[in-house]
Amino acid sequence: MNDKTYMKELLQEIQSYKQEVSLMEVCGTHTMAIARSGIREMVPANIKLLSGPGCPVCVTSQGDIDAVIKLCQEPGIILCTFGDMMRVPGSDSSLQEERSRGADIRVVYSPLDALEIARKNPEREVVFLGIGFETTAPTIAVSLEQAERERIKNFSLLSYHKLVPPALEVIFSDPDIRVDGLICPGHVSAVIGLKPYELLAAKYRKPCVVTGFETVDILEGIIMLLHQMSQGEARADIQYRRVVRKEGNPVAVELLERIFQPEEARWRGLGPIPGSGLKLRSAYECLDAAKKYQLPQIADLPIKGCSCGEVLTGKISPRECLLFGRGCTPLKPVGPCMVSHEGACAAYYRYTPAKERN
Amino acid sequence: MKIDRVLLAHGSGGLMSQQLVEEIFKKEWNNPYLEPMLDGALLDLPAGRVVMTTDSFVITPLFFPGGDIGKLSICGTVNDLVACGAKPLFLSTALIIEEGLPMSDLIQIAQSMARTAREAGVQLVTGDTKVVEKGSADGIFINTTGIGVIAEGIDYRPQRIQPGDLVVVSGTMGDHGLAIMARREGLSFSTPVNSDCAPLFRIGQVLEAFGGNVRCMRDPTRGGLATVLNELARQSGRGIKVVEEDIPVNPAVAGACDMLGMDPLYMANEGKMVIVLAPERAAEILAELQKIDIAAEAAIIGEVRAEPAGLVLIETELGAERILGILEGEHVPRIC
Repeated sequence: MNDKTYMKELLQEIQSYKQEVSLMEVCGTHTMAIARSGIREMVPANIKLLSGPGCPVCVTSQGDIDAVIKLCQEPGIILCTFGDMMRVPGSDSSLQEERSRGADIRVVYSPLDALEIARKNPEREVVFLGIGFETTAPTIAVSLEQAERERIKNFSLLSYHKLVPPALEVIFSDPDIRVDGLICPGHVSAVIGLKPYELLAAKYRKPCVVTGFETVDILEGIIMLLHQMSQGEARADIQYRRVVRKEGNPVAVELLERIFQPEEARWRGLGPIPGSGLKLRSAYECLDAAKKYQLPQIADLPIKGCSCGEVLTGKISPRECLLFGRGCTPLKPVGPCMVSHEGACAAYYRYTPAKERN
Repeated sequence: MKIDRVLLAHGSGGLMSQQLVEEIFKKEWNNPYLEPMLDGALLDLPAGRVVMTTDSFVITPLFFPGGDIGKLSICGTVNDLVACGAKPLFLSTALIIEEGLPMSDLIQIAQSMARTAREAGVQLVTGDTKVVEKGSADGIFINTTGIGVIAEGIDYRPQRIQPGDLVVVSGTMGDHGLAIMARREGLSFSTPVNSDCAPLFRIGQVLEAFGGNVRCMRDPTRGGLATVLNELARQSGRGIKVVEEDIPVNPAVAGACDMLGMDPLYMANEGKMVIVLAPERAAEILAELQKIDIAAEAAIIGEVRAEPAGLVLIETELGAERILGILEGEHVPRIC
């Protein structure tokens, strides 16, 4: 049986499910894959697919973005960042604008590249902007250990890392958000394993399935969720078995624990969540840019008219935002969900179903 | 003392400039049009409409798997001429060199330009060299301008596209874009991906025999296939519907794109054509195309419709139809 026939069978199985349910995906890669493949249009209307806080750029709070913009204006600083952050609007500027005004901001693909920039520029201060979930944090931990070993003094990390499970807990306990089952992130789960979802599934009685990124994976993941629901079960399960193991990646987890400790972090749309951020342990304090440059906590100023917060929590679909496709497009984004490659708004905008065209 | 790097003095117009021209460019590109070293080239053109096109090449890294800036600068302009339906004949080139470029790199680039021009059957007939201070350029920038002549009965303008026509690509999509990104960012994949950079004049030769059955042709460089299809839909006022699974993509490119969150349909190609064919002889033309190595994987990927005018639709593997839009903003890899 080829992929196409198999996909048809999976779709038929999904279409035979008649209950009203809301499933949420919490990984930007899923958001993109679902929009790109057209899964949302092909499942019946009683199965609602919501996009959750799955894009690390999007969930970074406005105040934290403003703090980064302030930091890059300091003389002598080289700010290294992943490319996605460049165009994210702060309250009155963006990294892209700051670069055009002369700030030294470099786009890198790995924190190890940032470390290399620090080695080559001993007279400058190199700050790596750490934005990401459990997936990116381990490589950043490696770069910090390396900096420590080589005694590189001009390198530091501004850690705005976020942990996925505490945010899921907030979503599950919010009475305004109806989520009956969770399509769990494949990459993040490869690191953290199944345990966090087992706890959530048991506590909130909602099935969770760690799912891969191919169209077939996502359809299978949805079916596994629907099966559990029709049987009245709420377990954590793995569809993405070719990559994710139940125990996750203990080496990566141990590395994260050695370097970081959980702390409260601010999320766009969800507010401050205890234990959802990663802060450097005191042994690595000298590599902590927030301490090194005594960055103030800047208040979160809402962007006028922007509903990214509601989009990130699945309270509204991107197309329900009044700015979507009118005042806010990928070329002229108002909020981060339209900027980031994996933001829900960008995904919905780029992959418009034929029937939605106007 | 042997000078192993380009110096500002090489651009002064004096003896060193002359040496550079004599020892590198004239030597490598040697042909009867260049030989007299006049201020311009005197050309004899065959009968037919003349096509002229220009393109500038700025690329990091200068050397990449499957090519280099020299090869690219010839292919880019030759392929634009081919896409217009012309037989490429002559090229001019202007090189802006950053002070300090290793002489060996410059020689390699000049040789690569000569080799590619030979392969493509064009001659580099006139050129210019400038040297700018270190920091004012990125190694070397190259401009090429090309002239070609269109044979009687050939017209590849998009206005000729009709509902019912078939859309063909000459091979896999996204190879060049991914190869460059991988090399630039030090990403490595288990199967290395090469740029598809190649002169496509032979595609032009094959299609010429089919006259008006070939409606239109365009090379999907920057912005990739999706961008070119949108241009064709808009300029012809027709709709285009393509089928995702019929679009050839090298499995290594597909895998890497998945990993990076990139879309091969938006990635640049430097050795591919999008061709719109009248349905009557399409199968025959496709078979002829597949006989040449640079188009061995040519495939029909979709068709032209009257509606939706100006838009491109793609049918996903799941059978959903969505709009294949033009890329807005940059195409950057994802974080997580």
